[in-house]
Amino acid sequence: MSTVAMPLMVALPMLFTVLILIIGKFWRYIGPILGVACTAATFYLSLLLITAPDSVYQMGGWIPPIGIVMILDGLSKLMLLVVNLLAFLVMIYSISYMNRYTAQTKFYALFLLMLTGMNGVVLSGDLFNLFVFTEIASLASYALVGFGVESEELEAGFKYLILGSLASTAILFGVAIIYNLTGTVNMADAANMINAIKPNTALVFAIGMFIFGFALKSGLVPFHAWLPDAHPSAPAPVSAMLSGVLIKALGVYAITRVAFSVFNGEKVILDIILWFGLISAFVGGMLSIGQDDIKRLLAFSSISQVGYIAMGIGIGTPAGIAAALFHLFNHAVFKGLLFLDSGAIEMRTGTRDMRQMGGLMKRMPVTSLSTVIGSLSISGFPPFNGFFSKLLIIIALFQAKAYLFAGVAIFVSFITIAYYVKVQKQILFGPLPKVYSNIKEVPISMTIPLITLSVICLAAGIFYGFLNNALFYPATQAVLNQAKYISMVLGIGG
Amino acid sequence: MTVFMLDMIIFGLGIYCLIAKRHLIKKIIGMVIIEYSVNLFLILLGYRMQGIAPILSPGQDIVEFAKKGVDPLPQALVLTSIVIGLGTLALMSAYTIKLYEKYKTFDMSEIRKLRG
Amino acid sequence: MKKAEIEKLVHDESIGMTLIVKTVARIMIAMILLYGFYIVLYGHLTPGGGFAGGVILAIAYTLMMLAFSRHIALAKLNDFWASMFDNLGMLAFVILGYIGLNVGIFLYNFLGKGTPFSIVSAGFIPLANIFIGVKVGACLYAVFIGLSIYGRLVLREEE
Repeated sequence: MSTVAMPLMVALPMLFTVLILIIGKFWRYIGPILGVACTAATFYLSLLLITAPDSVYQMGGWIPPIGIVMILDGLSKLMLLVVNLLAFLVMIYSISYMNRYTAQTKFYALFLLMLTGMNGVVLSGDLFNLFVFTEIASLASYALVGFGVESEELEAGFKYLILGSLASTAILFGVAIIYNLTGTVNMADAANMINAIKPNTALVFAIGMFIFGFALKSGLVPFHAWLPDAHPSAPAPVSAMLSGVLIKALGVYAITRVAFSVFNGEKVILDIILWFGLISAFVGGMLSIGQDDIKRLLAFSSISQVGYIAMGIGIGTPAGIAAALFHLFNHAVFKGLLFLDSGAIEMRTGTRDMRQMGGLMKRMPVTSLSTVIGSLSISGFPPFNGFFSKLLIIIALFQAKAYLFAGVAIFVSFITIAYYVKVQKQILFGPLPKVYSNIKEVPISMTIPLITLSVICLAAGIFYGFLNNALFYPATQAVLNQAKYISMVLGIGG
Repeated sequence: MTVFMLDMIIFGLGIYCLIAKRHLIKKIIGMVIIEYSVNLFLILLGYRMQGIAPILSPGQDIVEFAKKGVDPLPQALVLTSIVIGLGTLALMSAYTIKLYEKYKTFDMSEIRKLRG
Repeated sequence: MKKAEIEKLVHDESIGMTLIVKTVARIMIAMILLYGFYIVLYGHLTPGGGFAGGVILAIAYTLMMLAFSRHIALAKLNDFWASMFDNLGMLAFVILGYIGLNVGIFLYNFLGKGTPFSIVSAGFIPLANIFIGVKVGACLYAVFIGLSIYGRLVLREEE
């Protein structure tokens, strides 16, 4: 069962995309129905695949390294779960939210196309296949960012489009150089060859191109210029997907896979990612304080938290990588929750400016409570999950004797508490403006994902031990063990 | 060797055009030049001196063909990359038309409502 | 359209481009379509295949829209059917991949390999080329229709 579930994760959303486009010309309401069905199916399959053994799937029956392979190891299982869980909940949320936009059929088709791309990135075993699926997901996200065609959204979408295309071109350049040096694009085969040849300038250039491309896709400083414009301008479900999973599946996962499985954890790559993470955490935190637009504040906060994940991965020790992967899972959950909350608030009050809001706790109880839970999680209060993941990252940094990084991480976590307290004070507590005295709670199809994500925030903190054994420990083992990866694909001893 | 240098000069021209020009359509042209220069780089990697095209005609010896043909794998990769470039170009053109409709200008320095 | 109507259309100066362009386009559109079909169909033997042939097929319809006016090209193949062919082509290609799942492998080449260098050979690759050719042709034509409609709307607002 698991061997046929792997291509289905990519093929099912592709089939449902085209079915939505065909039937959507005649019947408008097919979009939500098929969308929820497809994301429910992929979520169920991703849960099944967690218990399956590590396997390799050969497309079309051709053996590697001649054919294209799909690889399922611990890291892929974790990323599949994160992507499909958030896609399922966001799809349920967008049934009611997208009623304000026209052309809803195209929204659901583009959303499922983005899901195809992300599933393909996580499962692919070839460098060029990684590039193609990155492009599919990125093209769908460029179109989704400018979905409501107002002037600000178009400007943000255009900036994102140009910078994202530049990054993809750099990734293709890196793949071309790797192909010239090793004669293959299969990741395991290239890893074998790279271990054998001497380091030369072309390899360093390829590493530079990869870091530029993937760091831009994940929003690390100094390549973050598109993120504070693109994430607020998108519709709220798209913002949750972009900030929750896209910057991680296309950026952090891809650079982890290339750095550890292809280049065997080169010190140079990890050092650069560590420094980028440090600068991102600091700059993202500092720039969030002065923001008035709630979604722009959440976007800068995303830059800061991805800096934490990059620091954890850049440190290279098993404790650091496990903590970074746990923070990846947590950040997807609580940042998705916060963006969905901001969408609900915007839908009822009609504004994103925090200075005009206040006292929403009285009129919108579910949204306010889930905002409080999300803010407490991201600030790092026990017993929510953010506390454990941030603590583990700081402990890993101390154990690796990186005292500057640990100090900055602690300082930024204080700043995070500061601006999230400001968010809660301004929008939830305090007097309610007269113009909002009649607003109601959001419909039930939007409150179900909010409640579910809040429960996951709490449960991931309390049941951390169980999650660690099931998800994060195998993922860390899969990241660090390049020999097992090569032998799994090529069938010979690494 | 000189061919690769010329290709990198084209890449540099594309980057100059993307950064230095303010008109939106000139930026799109710069982006397209960058993408095509990377495609050209990928094809040039597969070249073999005095090679023949990798198309087998009936009655040709397979071993002789494998010794003299150029590498067909980069050509397949470039085909995919050209299609991706086409999709990106279509999306950029649609964005440009809608931007003109909303801002009434093609000048990038005047399209700056988002800041901070 | 009958021959008399076409002659009237060609000689009418207010529709589309000049007489020379329209006369040459009448001949060229059929030849371009034929060439496009050849490249799609022989894609597994000679260079070309689905995407390149599809682009050439789209060029024929684009030439029709440029030489004659927009509403005549839309009368031949309107925007609803262009995007419908686009989606049907992609659906056919995805189903072609799903058929292989019967054996347990996605995109498995389930037809016979046949004799080399003939048209009916190499499994389902000619079928895949045809579906992709239809899809790409209709898709590029639909993009061109969309851009021309947008441009017309924006220019009309300005006047």
